[in-house]
Amino acid sequence: MLENEEIEEPTIKPVKEIFQTFFKSYSAVTGLIILIGIAVMGFIGPIFYPTDPFDMVWMPFSPPGADGFLLGTDYLGRDILSQIINGARVSIAIGFSAALVSCFIGVGIGSFAGFYGGWVEETLMRITEFFQVLPTLLFAMVIVALFGSSVLSITLAIGAVSWASVARITRSEFLRIKELDFVLASRSSGSNNMALIFKVILPNAAAPIIVQSALLVGAAITFEAGLAFLGLSDPNVISWGQVIGSNRVYILDATYTVTFPGVAIFITVLAISLVGDGLNDALNPKLRSR
Amino acid sequence: MEDLVSINNLNIEARTRAGTLKVVNDLSFTIKKSETLCVVGESGCGKSVTALSLMSLLPEGILNVSSGDILFDNTNLAQLSEAEIEGIRGNDISMIFQEPMTSLNPLFTVGEQVSEVIRRHKNLNKEKAWVSAVELLDAVKIPNPDKRAFDYPFQLSGGQRQRVMIAIALACQPKILIADEPTTALDVTIQAEILALINMLKQETGTAVMFITHDMAVVAQMADRVVVMHPGKKVEEGTVHEIFNNPQHEYTKSLLAAVPKLGEMASKKYPEPMRLVGEKKTKALKPIVGTNEPLLEVNNLVTRYPVKGGVLRRTVARVHAVEDVSFTIMKGKTLSLVGESGCGKSTVGRSLIRLVEPTSGDVNLDGQNILSLNQKDMREARSNIQMVFQDPFSSLNPQRPLFDQVAEPLRNYGTVKREILQEKIGDLFDRVKLPRSFMQRYPHQLSGGQRQRIAIARALALNPKLIIADEAVSALDVSVQAQVLNLMMELQVDLGLSFLFISHDMAVVERVSHDVGVMYLGRLVEIGPRQAIFRNPQHPYTQDLLKAVPIADPDKRKSERDLNFKPLPSPIHDLNYKAEPSVYRKVAKDHYVLTTDCGY
Repeated sequence: MLENEEIEEPTIKPVKEIFQTFFKSYSAVTGLIILIGIAVMGFIGPIFYPTDPFDMVWMPFSPPGADGFLLGTDYLGRDILSQIINGARVSIAIGFSAALVSCFIGVGIGSFAGFYGGWVEETLMRITEFFQVLPTLLFAMVIVALFGSSVLSITLAIGAVSWASVARITRSEFLRIKELDFVLASRSSGSNNMALIFKVILPNAAAPIIVQSALLVGAAITFEAGLAFLGLSDPNVISWGQVIGSNRVYILDATYTVTFPGVAIFITVLAISLVGDGLNDALNPKLRSR
Repeated sequence: MEDLVSINNLNIEARTRAGTLKVVNDLSFTIKKSETLCVVGESGCGKSVTALSLMSLLPEGILNVSSGDILFDNTNLAQLSEAEIEGIRGNDISMIFQEPMTSLNPLFTVGEQVSEVIRRHKNLNKEKAWVSAVELLDAVKIPNPDKRAFDYPFQLSGGQRQRVMIAIALACQPKILIADEPTTALDVTIQAEILALINMLKQETGTAVMFITHDMAVVAQMADRVVVMHPGKKVEEGTVHEIFNNPQHEYTKSLLAAVPKLGEMASKKYPEPMRLVGEKKTKALKPIVGTNEPLLEVNNLVTRYPVKGGVLRRTVARVHAVEDVSFTIMKGKTLSLVGESGCGKSTVGRSLIRLVEPTSGDVNLDGQNILSLNQKDMREARSNIQMVFQDPFSSLNPQRPLFDQVAEPLRNYGTVKREILQEKIGDLFDRVKLPRSFMQRYPHQLSGGQRQRIAIARALALNPKLIIADEAVSALDVSVQAQVLNLMMELQVDLGLSFLFISHDMAVVERVSHDVGVMYLGRLVEIGPRQAIFRNPQHPYTQDLLKAVPIADPDKRKSERDLNFKPLPSPIHDLNYKAEPSVYRKVAKDHYVLTTDCGY
């Protein structure tokens, strides 16, 4: 009856287990497939469908399916299918890099605030609250207007206004985890503060941060579309929001010109939510055992 | 006497991803009217699941009764409708749970919660229900029940909350009360009071009690009859005297052997490992003599936490967690600090390695004053003192394999070259008797005892002189606890380690210590050699604490008259409060007792 007489089980790494759970969920896998499909369409699609989205290729307002244009043409006679294919690239790129930017800022601020406490926390969290109550769209518009509408400035603008939620989650996880005994144990075995923050606590706080960042990707895509709709997009690259924005006047006469890019945004964001949900289930150890 | 409950050939299955698992296997027993049946077994043996099935509260789809009958008062519970079961549940069968902190609704006053149960089952109006709620609170001995009824759960102590739970459970004079580890989360003095209360109420009302516990000492205090369970099966059943005086099954024997009994070490000068049934003859250890050379000297240690308040977060008061504590630990010996939760014993341990900064005092380790060191020297000094923490589930980093966790201190201090690291870690695994194949495993793949062995291996990695074991075995099952304790004693003999053993469990302390210090409200009220403290306790608190410990012997039951403990005063004082210095009276050689008023 010695405790070592346990059934030998194969060594499963937690990471592997996470993947297993993730790939068992139909909705998460569906989301991931859609997302990969859209990314492939955006980055490789133009090779197979080389029509330039800015070229006037036919007469304006040709309805979908007519004259060989699957999704029709817009008010300048540009091919909407080509616009959607090329717009995917921008949406996905801005979505992910903006989420990455906010993840970096948020994790940095949240982890220091949560770990050190005291005046460090007070200061950092007041700053976070400031960004949280700011009208985000307005603030992003100001940044883009100041620095010009390039893909880089739009990415940074979106990242700069949406990190507050990541910071709050990181801080609350740090507050919880830093009290656990293994952190004390690590400290008493000689780890310094930086090792505690980045090697000990952060990996244990990663799950909710990853989930939140995944959801931020979807938010960033809609945010970019919103900016583009208002005309604040990089004029040199096509994006879905821009297509909707430029065709908005004709919404009643040529509904399809705004419907297709709208549907594209909807499907992408939905796919990201599904992936986010799947990640949440896979990373949350309480749900994992079910 | 008539059977109240009879469980026949009960099988319960759990559905998991890996397939169905038998949690309860062909279990049969009966509970007679107005008797106390203790169901005893270690964690995961199916005892709580059995209780839940009696309440028809098994989580649907996860745990299912696959076959067998549960007869209550000659009705088969499986044939009743949900509405009929609701009529029985709470009325005829009621239950109290382990965790008093979470089993009351925090948003309602305790009076509302008690009277709500009465109104639901007895159709009384609001005023009458309130009156009988207050009477019930009085019956479970809550002081000033008419006023306390307006309190919210957070305003009550853990013991009082458990009393409220008992009041709710008894509100409708149930025929049977199921108590699932009701005192496990409580301090020993409060446990003694709650056990006495349940015994008294049982005699007054004639209700039967099904008492679930892992603690043989509690069984000895409570039971008329005992059912011993071991993974899902009943291995033995009998009256309490049969089980304790003449156990038949191997498992029962080993369970009893693993329980340290208070008083059995009275004639022995040195600590001794426990003899475990079922384990191969342990090699006889040399007596753990130790030396009389001081290793760690602590003088007038004071640790206070600030309480912040107001808009500017100024310090408005201070928690006097440790107040003027002095003691010495000898090389190769174990000093135990005992006391109840909130007495400051853990803070002492953490102050010594400055995981919390002490307010004042001296801590000398081998002649080096630890409290005056700067950060860099402190880091070096920490390699001489290592800690083992209480909760084996939170003291290991769930994200890293065990090899890395044991290697962490060695890597931090860079004391061992990379080439021999593997070998060194392997040696440490051998030392704590874990197979080397475990090195690449993750904490969640280990049992509680195995995790605690890893924590010990990690503490040993730097060859420390002193290990602070903060409640290191209190979360473990008794048989595992005994193995870990024996391991610690073996290491002490082999390596000449000193231990600061922090615990609330007097019986365990009696087993392992050379010297014992008793703490109350931040002060050390009595300190001396183990035999002196246990044989000749001088301070009234030490005497009461020893009286409260349940003894694993059904002939040494406590009656409620013996127990009269004072509630713990608050250790929070305002900024102007001047704490008196601790003054001690010498009783005998090395045996000192506090004469300053400590609040007890």
